[in-house]
Amino acid sequence: MIPGAPPAPGGSAGGWRGRGETALLYLLSIGVTLLISGGLVTITGNSWTQVMGALLNGAFLAPGRWGNTLVIAAPMLLVALGMVIGVKSGIFNIGQEGQLLMGAMAMAYVGTKLAGPGPLLLVGGLILGTLTGGLFAALAAVMRFRRGVPEVISTLLLVFIAFQINGFAITTDWFLRDLDPNRPSRAVTSAQLPAEAHLPVVTLFGNEFHIGLIFALAAAAAVAFLLTRTSTGFKLRLLGSSPNVAQNVGVAVARWGSAALFASGALAGFAGAVMLAGGASSSRLTSGFASNFGWQGLLVALLAQSRPLMCIPMAIVFAGLRTGSGFLAATGVDRKIVDVIQALLVLALLIPPAVQFIRDRRKAAAVAATGAPAEQGAG
Amino acid sequence: MLDVLAALADIFSSPTMYGSAVRLGGFLAFAALGELVAEKAGTINISVEGSLLAGAFGGAVAYHLAGSTWVGLAVGAATGVLIALIQANMSHRLTADQFVVGLTANVLILGLAGYLDAIIDPIAKRASVIEIPLLSDIPLFGPALFGQTWPTYLLYPLFPITWWLLYRTRWGLEVRSVGENPQASDVSGIDVNKRRRQAVCYGGVLAGLGGAFLVLGQVGSFDTGAVGGRGFIAIAAVYFGGWTLRGTLLGALLFGLADAFRLAVPVLGYQLNAQLLAALPYVLTIAVMYFITKPFRQPAALAHPFIRGLR
Repeated sequence: MIPGAPPAPGGSAGGWRGRGETALLYLLSIGVTLLISGGLVTITGNSWTQVMGALLNGAFLAPGRWGNTLVIAAPMLLVALGMVIGVKSGIFNIGQEGQLLMGAMAMAYVGTKLAGPGPLLLVGGLILGTLTGGLFAALAAVMRFRRGVPEVISTLLLVFIAFQINGFAITTDWFLRDLDPNRPSRAVTSAQLPAEAHLPVVTLFGNEFHIGLIFALAAAAAVAFLLTRTSTGFKLRLLGSSPNVAQNVGVAVARWGSAALFASGALAGFAGAVMLAGGASSSRLTSGFASNFGWQGLLVALLAQSRPLMCIPMAIVFAGLRTGSGFLAATGVDRKIVDVIQALLVLALLIPPAVQFIRDRRKAAAVAATGAPAEQGAG
Repeated sequence: MLDVLAALADIFSSPTMYGSAVRLGGFLAFAALGELVAEKAGTINISVEGSLLAGAFGGAVAYHLAGSTWVGLAVGAATGVLIALIQANMSHRLTADQFVVGLTANVLILGLAGYLDAIIDPIAKRASVIEIPLLSDIPLFGPALFGQTWPTYLLYPLFPITWWLLYRTRWGLEVRSVGENPQASDVSGIDVNKRRRQAVCYGGVLAGLGGAFLVLGQVGSFDTGAVGGRGFIAIAAVYFGGWTLRGTLLGALLFGLADAFRLAVPVLGYQLNAQLLAALPYVLTIAVMYFITKPFRQPAALAHPFIRGLR
C-alpha cells in the first residue's frame, strides 16, 4: 500500500489509519493512567513531579540504582515467562507467588542444610527449586485434568497454603529455622545461605547485578524459540487457541496442559531460588520473602500481552517502579502508590487491543453483510 | 486417639464455635451468593475478592466520616459495585479476558486500599448485638443464628431474594440462559453481555455488602489483610454447591465452620500447629473441590466470553 494513499475500503487493521488509531489509543491509555495516579497523589496533598523524580532517581539515575533494578527485574521476568507459557497454552496459572516461595524454600534447604562445595550447592539448589515450583503447580494440573477444577482457583488457593508451609519451615527447628544464637535479628528466619552458594555478581559501570539476569534473558529467548519455532510450541499454542482442534488432531490435552502448568510453576520456582541465591532479604528465607514478586511478574506478562521478548522491557519497567519506590520515603508518599500505578497500567493497556478487536469484528460483519466490498474496492 | 476425640467433641459442642462459624460463614455467604449469580450468567468473577476488600474499606471510611452503620453498609455496597463495574465492562463490553481483568482489579484495590488506609486511617466500630427473642433461646444454634450483630440479619433475606431473582423472574431466566447457551440466547433477542454485566454487578453489591459487614458487623476495624483470599474460598463454595443456592449456602457454612474451628482450638486451650490450623480452610477447600465438585453441573458457557459470530 502506498503511504498517503486513501485507505482501501474495508481496509485491514494493519492499514495506516488503523495503526495510527491504535498508537493513539495506547498513548491515551498511558496518559489516563498517569492522570489518575497523579490525581491520587495530588488529592492526598503531595507533589506528583516530586514523586516522578524520586521514582526515576531510585530506579535508574542515582548511582548504582540500575543494577538494583536489573536484579529485581530478573525474577519478575522469569515469573512472567512462566505465565506466558501458560497463557499461550490456555492455562491460567496465577499462583506464582506460592510457587516462587516453594522454589526459594528448596534452595534454602539445599544451601543451609546439606554439606558440599558451594557451587554444587548452588546448582543443586537452583535445580531443586525449579522442580519444587513445578511440582507445586502440578498439583493444580492434577485437579484440573482429573476432576475439572479450574486452575485459576486452585493455584490461587495453593498460594495461601504455600505461605503456611513457609511459615512452618522457618519456625521449625529440624526444617529451616536459624538456630544460631548470634543471629543479627530476633525475627524468625532461615539461616543465611553460605557465601559460596551465592550467584556470581557482575560489576558494570559501578552497578552490580548477579548472573540471574543472564539466566532470565536466556530463558526469554528460549521461551520465544520454544513457542514459535518448535512443534512442542505449536502444540501448546494450538491447545491455547482452539482446544477442540487440538484434541481432534491428536494433541493429548491433559498431558500438554499439565506440562505447560509444570513449566510455568518451574519458572516461578527457579525465580524464587534465584532471588534467594542472589541475596534477596540477605539470603535468608523470611515470612514475607515472596513480597509480591509473583503477582508483579504476572502483571508483567499481561502487560507484554504474552509475548516473551516484550516481557523483557516490561519487567524492567516494573522493576524500576519497585526500586524507585525505595526513594519515595523522602517525598512523604506511601510506596503503595506504585502498586496502584502498576495495576492501572495493566488495566489501561488492556483497552486498546480490545477496542481494535471489536473494530475488526464490526468491519468483518459489515463486509459479510454488504457482499465483500474489499474486493470491489481493490478491483 | 481418645484424647483427640474428646477434644473434638469439646470443640464442636461449644456455642462460641457456632457463633463464630455463622459470622465467618455469613461473610463468605454474602460473597458466594453474588458469585453464584455471576457464575450462572457465565463469569468466574475472581474480582469478588477485590469487591470484598473495596466494600470493607468503603464501609470503614463511610463509618469514619458519617458515624452511621447504615451509611457504612450502603457505601460498602456501592464501592463493591465499583470494582464489579470495572470487571463487567472490561470483560463483557470490551471482551478482555475475565481472569486478567479480575486479577488486575484485585491488585489495584489492594494497592489503593493500602495507600488510602495509611492516609485516612478510618476508625470503625462493631455494630450492636441484637438478640431476637425466643429464637435466640434455642440451645446451641439459637444464639449462633439469632444472637448476632444486626448487620448479620441482612444476610437472611438475601437468600429468598436471590432465589426469587434467579428462578422466578424473567431476568433470572435470561441470566441462566446466557450462562448455558449464549448463542441461542442471543438469537432469541437477549442482550447476552448486558445480562452478564448485570449479574456481575449484582455480585458486586453483595460482595461489597459482605465486606462492609466484615468491618462493621464482625471485626470492628479495617485492615488491608482482612479479606486475605477468602473471596476465592467463596468461589469454591459455589463450586462445592454444584451451582445451586442450597449447596452454595452449605459450602459457605462448611468453610466458615473450618475457619471457626481454627479460631476455637487455641481459645479452648488445645494445642495444634499454628500453620496447620491457618492452612486448614484452604486445604479443606482444595480437598472439597477435588473430591466433591461435579464439573458436569456447571453452566455450560462458564468462563467462555460471548462475541457474536464466534463460538
